[in-house]
Amino acid sequence: MEMKYRAENRQLTIRLSGELDHHAAKDLMDSIDRLLEQNLPVKTFLDMEGLTFMDSSGIAVVLRAKRRMEALSGSLVVINIPRQAARVLETAGLNRYVELV
Amino acid sequence: MKPKTTNYIVFECLSRSANEAFARGAVACFAAQLDPTLEELGDIKTAVSEAVTNAIVHAYPDTLGRIVVRARVLEEDILEISVRDWGRGIPDVKQARQPLFTTGGEERSGMGFTIMESFMDSLTVRSVQGKGTRVTMSRRIKPRRTGQ
Repeated sequence: MEMKYRAENRQLTIRLSGELDHHAAKDLMDSIDRLLEQNLPVKTFLDMEGLTFMDSSGIAVVLRAKRRMEALSGSLVVINIPRQAARVLETAGLNRYVELV
Repeated sequence: MKPKTTNYIVFECLSRSANEAFARGAVACFAAQLDPTLEELGDIKTAVSEAVTNAIVHAYPDTLGRIVVRARVLEEDILEISVRDWGRGIPDVKQARQPLFTTGGEERSGMGFTIMESFMDSLTVRSVQGKGTRVTMSRRIKPRRTGQ
């Protein structure tokens, strides 16, 4: 699991690649928390294009990032979701809570 | 009559989270003989990942223990997977299978069983407190015409 990010004009883009499972989730959540605290973005894009696998751990990561963004009065958008990850997010009904593009 | 087993693998691993990737990868490699679509393979990997993660997080929360994964090919192109542990057991299986129910804290979503149920054709959970849990799930892989 790898994470890269770009921040400009209080807009943050976090790019994920590799496999997002329970093993990877804890460190990823901590890294995202730190990024949000450092950058205080108004809008955060979570780019999943590089994910080769994601299980329900990804749901927890997305929901936590969304809660943190709400605490900052900002918003979260999940973009470029691969088919397998989309099936997991859809099964959880996450499209009702988070903007998935 | 129970369908006959035509092939199987069994492996045991320690309940370390680093083994989640190994478990789903090994079962996916084994399932490849049924010529699944990428989507079917993704579903199988996801379901295995959920079952093994449950064993790691919930069966052995404060200790390391044994997890045994068995995958079988049954007649009529059915893939059956079981994940067994000898951990704490689930006090209330019905409750645990409810969407969003979790005792795993903020890093868990409570969607593991829901995903296993949605992605597989059948799911059975047997658990005895203090003795362990066995999750058995199956999925029929529809035969495809190759070369087209």
